[in-house]
Amino acid sequence: MEHYLSLFVRAVFIENMALSFFLGMCTFIAISKKVETAIGLGIAVIVVQTITVPANNLIYTWLLRDGALAWAGLPDVDLSFLGLLSYIGVIAAIVQILEMLLDKYVPSLYNALGVFLPLITVNCAIMAGSLFMVERDYNLAESTVYGVGSGASWALAIALLAGIREKLKYSDVPAGLQGLGITFITIGLMSLGFMSFSGVQL
Amino acid sequence: MSKPSVKEVLLNPIFANNPIGLQILGICSALAVTSNLKTALVMSIALTLVTAFSNLFISMIRSQIPGSIRMIVQMVIIASLVIVVDQILRAYAFSLAKQLSVFVGLIITNCIVMGRAEAFAMQNPPGLSFMDGIGNGLGYSVVLLTLGVIRELFGAGKLFGVEIITLAKDGGWYVPNGLLLLPPSAFFLIGLLIWALRTWRTEQVEEPAFRMAQQVITKEAY
Repeated sequence: MEHYLSLFVRAVFIENMALSFFLGMCTFIAISKKVETAIGLGIAVIVVQTITVPANNLIYTWLLRDGALAWAGLPDVDLSFLGLLSYIGVIAAIVQILEMLLDKYVPSLYNALGVFLPLITVNCAIMAGSLFMVERDYNLAESTVYGVGSGASWALAIALLAGIREKLKYSDVPAGLQGLGITFITIGLMSLGFMSFSGVQL
Repeated sequence: MSKPSVKEVLLNPIFANNPIGLQILGICSALAVTSNLKTALVMSIALTLVTAFSNLFISMIRSQIPGSIRMIVQMVIIASLVIVVDQILRAYAFSLAKQLSVFVGLIITNCIVMGRAEAFAMQNPPGLSFMDGIGNGLGYSVVLLTLGVIRELFGAGKLFGVEIITLAKDGGWYVPNGLLLLPPSAFFLIGLLIWALRTWRTEQVEEPAFRMAQQVITKEAY
């Protein structure tokens, strides 16, 4: 239990997807003008990440890994080079299915998340979650925890940034820094703040 | 809209319409690899090639792609190209591939590739699309290499791992700025770079969402 807890805390704070790995930056900057939409997108990311990371873990362990096809009588086959293609396929498919399911059964949630779901397919944070899972050799339980944690880390970061940007709009920024420039510097400062977590020993 | 010329397509993205500075594309994988020049260079080359070829291939089959599944078709082409790049890197530069870790794979979700495929290659002939890919790749590379040079030179006193400035701890005069090797510095540098670019090209400046009213009463506020 403790192992999973520390994995979760590490994924949320120490290895924050947005602020220490710079992942999902495009959406991070483009959709963070309002707190409400930022939180909506954040929740969508958590949901998708929680499903895709374990799903990709299953695919990796049972189909792609060196010797993974032993159950089918093919112990010498190594399909890991197909990884990138399969993960992005799985992510795109899951996002699509999720969209259809939500539309059918939970329309209220669909209306809240609707616009953001397609955006998530091209969010690097989702793809990176699966790639990090493979690189660090997580098992199924660990990858589930990591999926929730890394999704939460991204959601936390975008909600914080949106809060800051809402206030920032009333401040007097030099002309050239207006908009994109000042956002970058804000993210830099936030990232600096999150670096203080890297001293936490788990 | 008139057909853009090859020169325009190739050179515009470098400063006038920079993918990172103006279009907010492809920042995702850009920052983490710039702490030294070597990884930044490899990343730039990889991305330029992938963008150029994905544009070329997508443009070649653009009239055959049905509109409703074009995203998936584009994704598959891009992912296949990235797999090729990844395998080449693993075969000939293994240590470098390890250093770049997941970021080569993340070229797939890099918005520059997808964005150019969608915005340019779907409407233009293959030759021109190829050039557009190269041009946008160069625009990305300029930013990446600038960051790489600044961060490695002033953060570690080296370029490509070769010592340029002798550090104070080795008897030289330069005390390195450790912050430049840490992730946040990349954000500050990009912010400042955008500032510089927009001071030079003022048409890129964004309108503020809210402007402070001029002070109309002559006495000081207190």
